[in-house]
Amino acid sequence: MVLAANAAAQAAGLRIGMPATKAQALLPGLEVQEADPAADTAVLERLALWVLQRFAPIVATDPPDGIVIDSTGADHLHGGEAPMLATLIEKLVGFGICARAAIADSWGAAHALARFAARPSFISKSGESVADIASLPIAALRLAPGLVDSLRVLGFDLVGELLARPRAPLTLRFGPELGLRLDQAVGGIVEPIVPIRRKELIEVRRAFCEPIGAAETITRSVGKLAGQLCDVLERKGLGARQLDLICHRVDSRAEAVRVGTARPLRDVKRMTRLLSDKIETIDPAFGIEVMTLAASVAEQLNPKQMVSSLVEEPQPDVSDLIDLLANRVGAQNLYRIIPVASDVPERSVRHIPALAPEIGAEWPEHWPRPPRLLAYPEPIDTVALLPDQPPVTFTWRGVRRRVKCADGPERVYGEWWKRDPELIAVRDYFRIEDEAGQRYWVFRAGDGENQRTGSQRWFLHGIFG
Amino acid sequence: MRKTDATFSQHALASLRAEIRRIEGRHRRAASVLPFGLALVDSRLPGGGLAFGALHEVAGGGNGAIDGAVAALFTAGIAARALGKVLWCVTRPDLFVPALAQAGLKSDRVIFLEAGDEKTVLACCEEGLRHGGLGAVVAEVARLPMTASRRLQLAAEGSGTIGIALRRWRRQAEAVDFGQPTAAMTRWRISALPSTPLPVPGVGRPRWLVELIRCRAGESTNFELEACDDTGHLGLPADLTHRPRQVEGGRRGASA
Repeated sequence: MVLAANAAAQAAGLRIGMPATKAQALLPGLEVQEADPAADTAVLERLALWVLQRFAPIVATDPPDGIVIDSTGADHLHGGEAPMLATLIEKLVGFGICARAAIADSWGAAHALARFAARPSFISKSGESVADIASLPIAALRLAPGLVDSLRVLGFDLVGELLARPRAPLTLRFGPELGLRLDQAVGGIVEPIVPIRRKELIEVRRAFCEPIGAAETITRSVGKLAGQLCDVLERKGLGARQLDLICHRVDSRAEAVRVGTARPLRDVKRMTRLLSDKIETIDPAFGIEVMTLAASVAEQLNPKQMVSSLVEEPQPDVSDLIDLLANRVGAQNLYRIIPVASDVPERSVRHIPALAPEIGAEWPEHWPRPPRLLAYPEPIDTVALLPDQPPVTFTWRGVRRRVKCADGPERVYGEWWKRDPELIAVRDYFRIEDEAGQRYWVFRAGDGENQRTGSQRWFLHGIFG
Repeated sequence: MRKTDATFSQHALASLRAEIRRIEGRHRRAASVLPFGLALVDSRLPGGGLAFGALHEVAGGGNGAIDGAVAALFTAGIAARALGKVLWCVTRPDLFVPALAQAGLKSDRVIFLEAGDEKTVLACCEEGLRHGGLGAVVAEVARLPMTASRRLQLAAEGSGTIGIALRRWRRQAEAVDFGQPTAAMTRWRISALPSTPLPVPGVGRPRWLVELIRCRAGESTNFELEACDDTGHLGLPADLTHRPRQVEGGRRGASA
């Protein structure tokens, strides 16, 4: 029997569930592989471990073909839910895995949406998961195949139809499984995710005799856990690049916090500070009974002498501040801007991580540059002499200004090695000052003579003020 | 009798000053200021320069209240002269960094932080001020409530880092917010003036109208200055430097 078929096979007419002999008859020369559930599970577990390391601290396999991720407390490192999902799918496609993903309020809803939503990546807004799954077929509910068939016989096709029915007759007729699955999908019943763990993971654990809930108590426990973890890391000569704090609550849910660091870290104070900054995102509910702290990514950290009376005091270290801020706003929102060898203004800058080594390069300084650059050059109406005079007047955002003096042109050539149309494209930049003393950076697309070099229209690109 | 009076009043003044210093907080370091290097400006500021460990407010005048271009350059000039790295928190990433480098703030020294809302900008800015390892911290915000500015000021006092709130609004009408009281040490408004005239066609060195609108323990005043050079120093316009002597000479000639 055909158990799995890729896109090419499905296009050729193969369907999951058809006998293997029929498939071979449809497609002569078809390569058939024996099902190996054990190997499938092993691969799925390996993939889950990879997701665990890269994306979120609470990850579990959802056999036979899924991975479930608790994204709470981890999506900030990727810039939010949508960028996180996009990165995840992109990475999986890079591995040659065709993946579908969804984010929803409950495991059941996310499971249904990932497999049955029209889009390959679906993000359901908080509180709207029930509305989103209502239009999905009942097969999305993780029911036994026989149960799905008998529901179909009774005329139920969509999850929404089942949800609208009174529950008691359904339970009487089909047993408790249907009600359970429906509750799990709408989030009425807690369905804990039992996270997978790597064997060699560096992890410390604290169990409390009484469940804790106050922020101060959690901070104190985090400090103690950090101390224990640093001892373990020190024995192994490692520093943590990523920390996972998992709080197991009494209602058997887990709250997770993940923080990343720019450099290997083995400092109790800084570790506590980083984690404490995230404590307000933990919801203790009725109390936390077990806390675990793991260094999910660790790198070698060799001891070195920091302070010496022989050398002058080096520049103050700001890496702890950078870590703290990066965990708040996301590492991609914290950057330095360095020069790129390009004359086109918008291409002359590049973002690099805040703690990257110093470059030492600067932009060429012979032409003044405006402190504010518009995201897109805005077209302006001008009165200007061709071919190489600055405008006499211009109208920008509905205000007409007379130009008192101007500097230019500074000719910028297109970069033919990037795109063909840029082969002869030209921009002529002028710095102009109006009568009130406001200074602007304007350019004409084209050299003023040859129509092929540009549209000859004028644009305002920056403000000198 | 008179002499005793004088010494007594001096003593009373000194004790009053000490009392004020005590109320202001234990962290204030009297001598640490960042001078502008222009006697005209420095003489008007208490301590002879921009105080370290304090919050300063900068905004643009006129159109500058919206684009914040001149204010950004003025801020970059101050940050360039303060030693150490600079944290620049923004919500709108429209700064063109080559211009900051031309005002003396080299690209390796500035760390930009892009936040989704102003609340995060203020919180991150406070964190930066509290750290103490940075030279200056800049926050580009529209609204700066009293509580937020007080938090920033206290954080700056604790570490000795210069905090600069670069005020920038979406609309001209919102700029009246600049009149609201804040806990900032000084408040500046910078507007563009016509540039220094040149004998040939072209744009000369830009000039700014630098208004010191509010200054704790000082008087408000305004200056007409030339824009930052490539080390972040403001310049005194040549005609202004020579004007008193010329005027004096002219008068003398007329009276002779």
